Amino acid sequence: MTRKKQAATAARKQSPEPVLSATSIVKELGRGAGTVMALKGVDLQLIPGELTLLMGPSGSGKTTLLSILGCIMTPTSGELTVAGTKTAGLSPDELAILRRDHIGFIFQSYNLFPTLSALENVRIALDVRGQKGYEAARRCEEVLREVGLGHRLRNYPGNLSGGEQQRVAVARAIVSSPSIVLADEPTAALDGENGNAVMELLARIAHEQDRSVLAVTHDPRTLPYADRVVRIEDGLIVGEERRPEGLDAPEITDLTKRRKAHA
Amino acid sequence: MIFTLAFRNLFHDRIRLAVTLVGILFSIVLVAVQLGLYLGASRMITANIDHADADLWVMPFGAKSFEDGGLLMGSRERHQALATPGVEQVTPIVVRFSEWRKPAGGSTRVVVVGSDAEEGAVKPLSLKNGTWEDIKAPDAIAVDETYLKDLGVDKIGDTAQIGPGRVKIGALTSGVRSFTQSPYVYTPLSRARALVGAEGSDLATFHLVKVFADQDVEQVRANLLSRLEGAEVLTKQEFRDRSLRQWLFRTGAGVALIGGALLGILVGTVIVAQTLYSSTKDHINEFATLRALGSSSGYIHKVILTQAGLSAVIGYVLGMVLALLIVVASQSTPLPIVMTPQLAAGLFTVTVLMCAISAVSAIVKVTKIDPATVFSR
Ligand SMILES: Nc1ncnc2c1ncn2[C@@H]1O[C@H](COP(=O)(O)OP(=O)(O)OP(=O)(O)O)[C@@H](O)[C@H]1O
Ligand SMILES: [Mg+2]
Repeated sequence: MTRKKQAATAARKQSPEPVLSATSIVKELGRGAGTVMALKGVDLQLIPGELTLLMGPSGSGKTTLLSILGCIMTPTSGELTVAGTKTAGLSPDELAILRRDHIGFIFQSYNLFPTLSALENVRIALDVRGQKGYEAARRCEEVLREVGLGHRLRNYPGNLSGGEQQRVAVARAIVSSPSIVLADEPTAALDGENGNAVMELLARIAHEQDRSVLAVTHDPRTLPYADRVVRIEDGLIVGEERRPEGLDAPEITDLTKRRKAHA
Repeated sequence: MIFTLAFRNLFHDRIRLAVTLVGILFSIVLVAVQLGLYLGASRMITANIDHADADLWVMPFGAKSFEDGGLLMGSRERHQALATPGVEQVTPIVVRFSEWRKPAGGSTRVVVVGSDAEEGAVKPLSLKNGTWEDIKAPDAIAVDETYLKDLGVDKIGDTAQIGPGRVKIGALTSGVRSFTQSPYVYTPLSRARALVGAEGSDLATFHLVKVFADQDVEQVRANLLSRLEGAEVLTKQEFRDRSLRQWLFRTGAGVALIGGALLGILVGTVIVAQTLYSSTKDHINEFATLRALGSSSGYIHKVILTQAGLSAVIGYVLGMVLALLIVVASQSTPLPIVMTPQLAAGLFTVTVLMCAISAVSAIVKVTKIDPATVFSR
């Protein structure tokens, strides 16, 4: 374990103040006879400095939960507090401000702007926050360098590999220093090597920058990077494992294997 | 970044950009031509009124335009007018349709305009060749150079026949067109009377009244009306308006021109709205991503409006270039198109408004974006 990580772990022990807290979240989707209860009362808290994985079968409500935690969807019932702000009753524009100030997003299909260069794709995240000019541009370059794309600043998404595109998206998500980063299947479209690079990046963001990172994933290869794994099935949280203190990455994988063997 | 994004969105799809620009260009050219024709026609119709140095026009009751006066007033009215308080000067003029017989045979209708210019009445607008003195020479008249061919003559010194009298081209005007397509023939008052068959009489079509500078024009008009029976007294502005109404609206010509302009605006708006909407639809995922990233709806609206504004500016420049070419080409036709700085500015405003209105449907579309779609691509 690095020193930084130890410090983060220590800080966590002292004040596990959650930066995001969801209580009894219920979400109904669709209308009339087609109504689906996608979430049936979910409780979840995210604390700084942790990479949490949200795992579950297809259709279990992972994306729905992520959308609600990210203030993109509003829950049918339940309570959500983001960075100390209760979201109940906020208007779409107020929710947008909450997202802008506290949450970074990473998507399965990157969602980059095809007509903007890597640098511009990151800059737009600051631009919507009213941060323009030279300082902002420098900050974006710095973050792109952090994710290993210092040599690809002027490339357009079409000329970047999937892994590079996702790293641009990661840079875009963290450039404004959000306390929460939410990722939906960030590695699903990537091969093993690129997937690992992105997961490593997410773990680093959590540990070194002390952010809460929540990643939805199907992919067992992502397990080694997790501090915590939350399992969802059919709209309910059915289990949660935390890497035991002092254990290194592979242990949690074993934990999962043991759990599977049990079942 | 708003500009960058708008610019890239716009130039991303070249074909759609071309359609947008053609739409704007089409409507600018159409509106420019229609309104330019309208302006051109208005100028022709009011040119003689504008050039006469008169505060008030005294005319037979019901005269509809400059060409519609008749020869109904004489020196009695003139003296009554002169005796009216506040009146400084009264100048009679004669305006009458007449038959022009070409030297080589055949005839055409002309409008004989007779006035004594030294009294400051109707002057041929811009004399190109010759002076007013040349027109005072025996038999001399002035006509516009554009009508020489129609009149069957070709230069100063050529002669023809109006009614009973011989006339000789003494001077040429330039750009004095007639909306009725009957050329104006300018000549001194007494010769005009002779040419229209009222030789030696004191008859006139209008009396042009100049009011003393310190007098209230409305008061003088009231004074004149109380003295002159069966006559109307109009201000310059009223007479212009009446002439325009007669030629542009009674005849339907103006309605057609303005209708054409409105149609141009409508078609342009529809085309731009359509292309902007489809562009927004194509980029809807990007707008949803922007929304997920926490942009305000205003930010997204600005992107769309900037896109519209950029189209407007580019389309305007292209449209104006084409419109100006058409304006230049029209100068030698009987109905030249007029382009003024005001019309150019007005067209720009119309273009910007057109594009702004076009943006409405696109903005409505993005307002309905559900940012949740960012996860389900
Ligand atoms: N707009 C909708 N209307 C009705 N039902 C919906 C809608 N969107 C999702 N659902 C349903 O809600 C449930 C949860 O969907 P969700 O997308 O959250 O699942 P997921 O865990 O992300 O699945 P996957 O792993 O396939 O992405 C599913 O049963 C899905 O069919
Ligand atoms: Mg999903």
